[in-house]
Amino acid sequence: MEADSNLTIVLLAMLAGAIRVSTPFLFVSLGECLTEKSGRINLGLEGTLVFGAMTAYAISYHSGSPWLGVLVAGFAGSLFGALHGYICKLPRVNDIAIGIALMLFGTGLAFFLGKAYIQPQAPRLPSIQLGGWSDNAQVQSALQINPLFLVGIALAVFLWWAFRNTRWGLIVRMTGDSAPAALAMGYSVNWVRFTATTVGGFCAGVGGAFLSLYYPGSWSEGLSSGQGLMAVALVIFARWNPLACFGAALLFGAAGALGPALQSIGVTQGYYFFNAAPYVLTLLIMIASTSPKRSLKGAPGELSITK
Amino acid sequence: MSAALDTTTEARAHRAVSLETIGMTKRFGSLTALEDVSIKVEAGTVHALLGENGAGKSTLVKCIMGFYQPTSGTVLVDDHEVGIRNPRDAHAHGIGMVYQHFTLVPSLTAAENLVISRAHPPAVIDWRKEMRGLDEFLSRMPFKVPLDVPVSSLSAGEKQKLEILKQLYLDQHFLILDEPTSVLTPGEADEVLGLLRGMTRTGDLTILMITHKFREVTEYTDAFTVLRRGKMAGAGKVGAVSVDEMSKMMIGDATIREGAARTPMHDQPVVFEVAGLFADGDEGLPAVEAVNLKVHAGEIVGVAGVSGNGQSELVEVLSGQRDASDGRLFIHNKPFVPNRDHMDRYKVFGLQEEPLRNAAVPRMTVGENISFRIFDKPPITTLGWWLSPGPMRARARELIASYRVKTPSTEELMENLSGGNVQRAVLARELSSQVDVLIVANPCFGLDFASVAEIRAQIMEQRNRGAAVLLFSEDLDEILELADTIAVMSGGRIDYVVPAAEADRTSIGRAMAGH
Repeated sequence: MEADSNLTIVLLAMLAGAIRVSTPFLFVSLGECLTEKSGRINLGLEGTLVFGAMTAYAISYHSGSPWLGVLVAGFAGSLFGALHGYICKLPRVNDIAIGIALMLFGTGLAFFLGKAYIQPQAPRLPSIQLGGWSDNAQVQSALQINPLFLVGIALAVFLWWAFRNTRWGLIVRMTGDSAPAALAMGYSVNWVRFTATTVGGFCAGVGGAFLSLYYPGSWSEGLSSGQGLMAVALVIFARWNPLACFGAALLFGAAGALGPALQSIGVTQGYYFFNAAPYVLTLLIMIASTSPKRSLKGAPGELSITK
Repeated sequence: MSAALDTTTEARAHRAVSLETIGMTKRFGSLTALEDVSIKVEAGTVHALLGENGAGKSTLVKCIMGFYQPTSGTVLVDDHEVGIRNPRDAHAHGIGMVYQHFTLVPSLTAAENLVISRAHPPAVIDWRKEMRGLDEFLSRMPFKVPLDVPVSSLSAGEKQKLEILKQLYLDQHFLILDEPTSVLTPGEADEVLGLLRGMTRTGDLTILMITHKFREVTEYTDAFTVLRRGKMAGAGKVGAVSVDEMSKMMIGDATIREGAARTPMHDQPVVFEVAGLFADGDEGLPAVEAVNLKVHAGEIVGVAGVSGNGQSELVEVLSGQRDASDGRLFIHNKPFVPNRDHMDRYKVFGLQEEPLRNAAVPRMTVGENISFRIFDKPPITTLGWWLSPGPMRARARELIASYRVKTPSTEELMENLSGGNVQRAVLARELSSQVDVLIVANPCFGLDFASVAEIRAQIMEQRNRGAAVLLFSEDLDEILELADTIAVMSGGRIDYVVPAAEADRTSIGRAMAGH
């Protein structure tokens, strides 16, 4: 009986964690999915995420409106995306090297500008209570859902639909899979990629806002701890499918909640090990999903890692 | 909605246009790629454009398509002068081109490829309506392709058909085809060319076709133009001029090395044996299945087949670039593992296709590239690790001279050499010592006639000296010219092996198509 309820607690906590922790993964991976579908890799999204978190917190603190913070974080993110997109269209520039540079630049700039915001309390994003039907407090807290989570789901569905049913979706896929074909049809490959990277940056910025304004809900330098980079791995795991990105984000969220969940039922041994679950998962997924003998299935043909 | 779907069948009849170029000249800096070329393609005909590589064929069609601006000269469509500044202008005049390299997007389905190729695709695509339109369009077309699978899973022949369909879908009625049959089986080639010729006969289409296959010229075209070194070398009606005369126009007075005579061989032992070989392709799917081959000393076994049927994977396994999933290799009845040690011991050499990419390091010098087989042996290496550049250069200079590689010095980077000279440098490296087993893949792809003759003669010479030669080629004529035994590879398998003396084109063609 004891074991049963403990298991329920852990599973509920992981579900709650999946919903709470997955949102930044979801936004960053959708942004990266869009960018990679256009044929470019933006590793700088980690920096964008951190910078978005700082911006959102600062704006929310000064204006009193967390939603304004989210919006500004998105625009700050798109600036980073645009910078990446602009530099990469110069000749002989490697998108991965630029991504790493921008990742360091974004986090560094965020730490520099964000020093003043570590102490003060900014207004946080509200949540929607969807657990009213249950009298179990744990279920209620698990189903406290942030509107951004729902926006993320809608965005995933929209991207999935748009990749097949809109002109823009087809053009992005075409650019990502065969630049010569896109050029032959008169589309500017650079412009498509620039736009995709910019919009991808916007998504990552919004993901950062969630980190600082909802969960964990404050600005500190160790806020992201590599989530932006894991989201890039997640896109590969999701085989560049936005819907699968959502599933993968939930999985990563649940893995991230494993440590705290076990702690809540008194399993303290190996706390740090369980906290490392998402990183272990990233590693395992990368090993399982690649092979020296075949190329990645579903990978956009223009990506510099698959070429 | 595209124009292709709006026009009624009545309006479509007799819309083929004629096209003429007058005094086309294109200079790139000091190089004249095209000089004063005037060709006339009558409406409703198939016109062949012949010439060696580098003769200016692609420059000419790129000028017509608006990829290049000619230095001087004009294009006339239906006797009216038109200005074509870019490919979009060409499309607006109804001129479309099917490239040798596919311009389809691999991950998109055929339907998606067609819809997105339109000048103004709708912002939100109503697939039900589009599919109805596409089905209606296909019902009017002579050949079909599946619409709803990604293009990457179509066969090369289907892709080529889809490329042509795309141009027709875009309502182009002057088509430029760049070697359209190079990826087709003989049967498919006949089908596609026959159907296209039918469309020109009904006045729907005019075709300008770049080709080097005289059989296609004589059977499917009405007129031809020959280019040589950027100039007109001749033109005429097909039938009025013999094939010999046409090939003389192409080659000019360059001397072609005589093919080496075939020394008769009898009862030679089996040298190289492939037994039950399996291998997977890049996608992890089986690419080579249960291949068995025996090559005797002094024999050329020619493996024919359309590209993409597992030949490149098989060559990669035989040259140690890909792991076999099952099966064994033997040389002189001893197990052979394609690594450096065994290759050296059993004297196995290879000529890979696209040598600059597959058999040379473009950014190392010619001297270094030529020494890849021997750089770790004396006299170049002493004490097993100390390299002396002196003997290496001396050996390279010898080989450069005897194989007539045109290079300023041994220190030139490999990537700066022309295609023929890269191939000669690789030949020098692979053939200059005793050869017991030689594995050759598409050795003449993209080379001019003189180099082709030279390389074929070298291969024949190795055979006459007693080497066991395994020759992979997509060019059936090359196989028929060189091979003692012909094997056909199709769908990863080799089920058809026949002595060259008993082979005929029809049954080889059937085997290539997998029947």
